Amino acid sequence: MNVWLNFLIESLAFGAVFMYGSTGEILTEKAGHLNLGIPGIMCMGGAGGCMVLNLIGKMNLPPFMVIILGVAGALVMSMLMGLIYSFLTVTLRANQNVTGLALTTFGVGLMKVIMSKLDPTVYLVGPKKIFRWPFADRTDALQYLGVLFFVGVAIAVIASYVLFRTKVGLRLRAVGENPGTADAVGVNVTRYKYLATCIGSGISGLGGFYCIIDYMASQEAYLSLEAFGWLSIALVIFALWRPHMTIIGSTVFGFLFSCSSYIANIEGITVTMAAKPLLKMLPYLVTILVLIVTSIRNKRENQPPASLGLAYFREER
Amino acid sequence: MSEQKKRAAHEPLFHLAKRTDVNPVRAWVIRLVAILLGMLACGLVAFALIEKLNQNPEKITDFYYSFIKGSFTTERKLWKFLKNMAILQCISLAVTPAFRMRFWNIGAEGQTLMGVLGSITVAFYLGGKIPEWQLLILMFIAALIYGAVWAVIPALFKAKWNTNETLFTLMMNYVATYVVSYFLVIWVPSGSSTLGKLKFGKLPPLPFGNQYLLIILIVLALTVFLFIYLKYSKQGYEISVVGESIRTAQYSGINVEKVIIRTMVVSGLLCGLAGYLIGAGLDQSVTTESVGGQGFTAIIVSWLANFNPIVMIITSALISFLNSGAAQISQDFNVSGALPDVIVGIILFFIIGCEFFINYKMVFRHAANGKGAAK
Repeated sequence: MNVWLNFLIESLAFGAVFMYGSTGEILTEKAGHLNLGIPGIMCMGGAGGCMVLNLIGKMNLPPFMVIILGVAGALVMSMLMGLIYSFLTVTLRANQNVTGLALTTFGVGLMKVIMSKLDPTVYLVGPKKIFRWPFADRTDALQYLGVLFFVGVAIAVIASYVLFRTKVGLRLRAVGENPGTADAVGVNVTRYKYLATCIGSGISGLGGFYCIIDYMASQEAYLSLEAFGWLSIALVIFALWRPHMTIIGSTVFGFLFSCSSYIANIEGITVTMAAKPLLKMLPYLVTILVLIVTSIRNKRENQPPASLGLAYFREER
Repeated sequence: MSEQKKRAAHEPLFHLAKRTDVNPVRAWVIRLVAILLGMLACGLVAFALIEKLNQNPEKITDFYYSFIKGSFTTERKLWKFLKNMAILQCISLAVTPAFRMRFWNIGAEGQTLMGVLGSITVAFYLGGKIPEWQLLILMFIAALIYGAVWAVIPALFKAKWNTNETLFTLMMNYVATYVVSYFLVIWVPSGSSTLGKLKFGKLPPLPFGNQYLLIILIVLALTVFLFIYLKYSKQGYEISVVGESIRTAQYSGINVEKVIIRTMVVSGLLCGLAGYLIGAGLDQSVTTESVGGQGFTAIIVSWLANFNPIVMIITSALISFLNSGAAQISQDFNVSGALPDVIVGIILFFIIGCEFFINYKMVFRHAANGKGAAK
């Protein structure tokens, strides 16, 4: 296969990790909650899925069941994390930044403890083949495009549709822009915030699971998950709070992030050691640039949700 | 009577009201209970995670004793605890002015790391070429400048175009990390990217007392200074007004842009100082992990203390205590080194959650009705 096409597909596959993470984060942010716990949630999603696979790995279940159960494990674990976050920030009205950071500390730590106890020959070696269906036997970058990759793209598109084309999405956005107004027209603000945060966390958690079981598929994969989580939060800005844009954005991020190690393999291009960190810096710099440009242009539809980061208390004016 | 019944059916069992007066004694009792409950929860989680504990449950006393063992049983551990606490306190102080202005600077990690880089850059290029005392002063200046520059960039955009500062400062952390790894590649041609301990530019310890005493005293002085600055100076007052309401600030003639930029410079300078204490005072070297996430922990420490520098001594002590205690546990019980994060995280959930019970109260239906009847 052409080396550039191969690179593009790999960026696409790598980007899916961020695509999951930021689609989940967008749903949460649209409800007015800046969830800095996403890295921790993605980690726990990965750990949850792998825990289940570790249990069922030797049972010889049909591939279909393995996928369903693994995904269910990731969803349950990450939604539990989302539940902790929403209980603290929605019901107890705690500061969102502080809660998110605590959640990340907790999630990353707990994942490391859990993963160190699991057996990679059980949760990884067998299931990897199943999750990489239909291209499991390829040796080029196509092998990374497994089941969860396509599920992720579908989720991003559906999330966009729900957010911008349905009544539920309209209400959700109203909650994030001005919860007081949404409350006044009869939207159950608490329920929307809870559901958006928990479903968003579930989606993000799947990203962590996808990264461990499909894209990286190595027993050290979980160590780099935290960094990918932070990058997912950056991608939200890059995608201007539109889930379908994360498909393109994540490919760009994947491209920028992996090009430092990849470009060296391409003939005619030489990369010095010193240039590698600078290349890795690019996704963050690009994000900052997008953030600045959108704030200067000040177009209303490109701004963060107006009540992002603020707790809602009905009796407060 | 029947009308009252009807009303009761529609009214929820209780509703929430904000407390207008927060009783400090009550607040601290609630916090203490929360920490104790958190400790209890940690014990339960430990049963699930630590096999050694699972097999012999009576070891649970050892589990809790390890917390104390982590910080207090030997003089060396005590000083180390005080040192960790001082560094954490310094970074927490640094983020405080910005937070009082409701400027969510979560970039302390990067700003401090740039401070470390600034001082080590000077030591790397000038070490041995000029007298040590001059070198130390130059390192100090470089650290402050690096920290301040890193902090002022988001502030400029916030002041001018209202660019979201939380996301901006978050991104700056990662840029800082890669700036450091860039210099490490340049400085260490062998390719290992680990810079050994430099021979020059070490902050000399005081002629008496422990090697960490100087750092501890510097941070203590800084705490008092910042308390006075925030509480009694005109600039401190302006910060509080901008934090309360930007409109009020504008109306009373405060130049909001100037206050935002100036406060972030102060924040950055203090982060730079923390970086200097790490670079020149402790490590004499720089890695991408020099700050090790303390910039994020500091945000929690500062918030827990309600942005009060004096109270922050207690909260930074608490977090350092939990950290070193949990590290001791993972050593004693032979579990993954990530256990401290789990334990600190659980206890933080409880402390964060308990603030609700300090600031709000539940008003039950029958109590509210009784009041209405009395009227």
